[in-house]
Amino acid sequence: MNFAVLQFPGSNCDQDCVHVLRTVLGHSAFLLWHKEKSIGDADAVLVPGGFSYGDYLRTGSIARFSPVMNAVKEFAAQGGHVLGICNGFQILCEAGLLPGALIRNRSLQFRCEHVYLKVANNDTPFTNQIPEDRVLRIPIAHGEGNYFCDEKTLETLETNGQILFQYVDRDGDLTDHANPNGSLKNIAGISNVEGNVAGMMPHPERASELVLNEDDGRLIFESLLYALNPGLTTA
Amino acid sequence: MPLDPWALNDVFQGELLMKAKVIITPKAEVLDPQGKTVQTALEQMGCTGVREVRVGKYVEVEMDGDHDTIKTKLSEYADKFLANPNIEDYRLKLED
Repeated sequence: MNFAVLQFPGSNCDQDCVHVLRTVLGHSAFLLWHKEKSIGDADAVLVPGGFSYGDYLRTGSIARFSPVMNAVKEFAAQGGHVLGICNGFQILCEAGLLPGALIRNRSLQFRCEHVYLKVANNDTPFTNQIPEDRVLRIPIAHGEGNYFCDEKTLETLETNGQILFQYVDRDGDLTDHANPNGSLKNIAGISNVEGNVAGMMPHPERASELVLNEDDGRLIFESLLYALNPGLTTA
Repeated sequence: MPLDPWALNDVFQGELLMKAKVIITPKAEVLDPQGKTVQTALEQMGCTGVREVRVGKYVEVEMDGDHDTIKTKLSEYADKFLANPNIEDYRLKLED
């Protein structure tokens, strides 16, 4: 499979994503500069983390107007798979590809630590390879990860199974203490109604190989690979 | 009487250049941790009677055009860019 990893001024997890896709999973990936107007022959798009445009005005608010985002919107409208991680999640929300918004952490602190995640829906292109009841341990690093949407939207997210990941404690219990940023319903990741666009605050690309002592994040990339082609085997 | 270049400049600016102020605040139903923290700090400093503090943003735009055109144009861009309707309200003020 061939992945486009977007690159905005201020992206800083782009190389990590490319590394995981190419070296760890043995697939192709290319960096796509934000001024490009097409995503080329990519099978899926990754919107990586970082601080696009210095997080000025609002996180993701300027990046969403980059030319490449029009191409991403078209790709998503045709059913193409798009995953936004951290700043990528913020950009997809600002672009209207995902509902809601990510606001300042309730602690006002930048939180850089490991969190535990419960998979709220295992039947999606981003979670299908994650065993039921498996609690994932993946790092976060953000100052604006507090997921907010209005009540009606939240209801829709729940009814449609659009909530993918929720912050839990080590035992998998959903508690307020396990919520690092104040997100509604401990939400760490969601998808659109169609299910082909997803965003998450935690960084799976930072937890995808055992040389880093953990590889829970790999399950998310493997899920996406399975969704793209169920016959594929990874390296 | 010779024209006063400064007076001319004032007239010129008054007709074509305007200053617009966009005041962006978090929506009432959105948790505003900055506002809460500032409120607590005010109270700790001895400032009594504070009921609520909301921290928002202030954007100043200098723009060419007449009052109505600027208002229409800026509202459009505030809706789609300067403020995020999911979490923020904004007010537009034009300097007359």
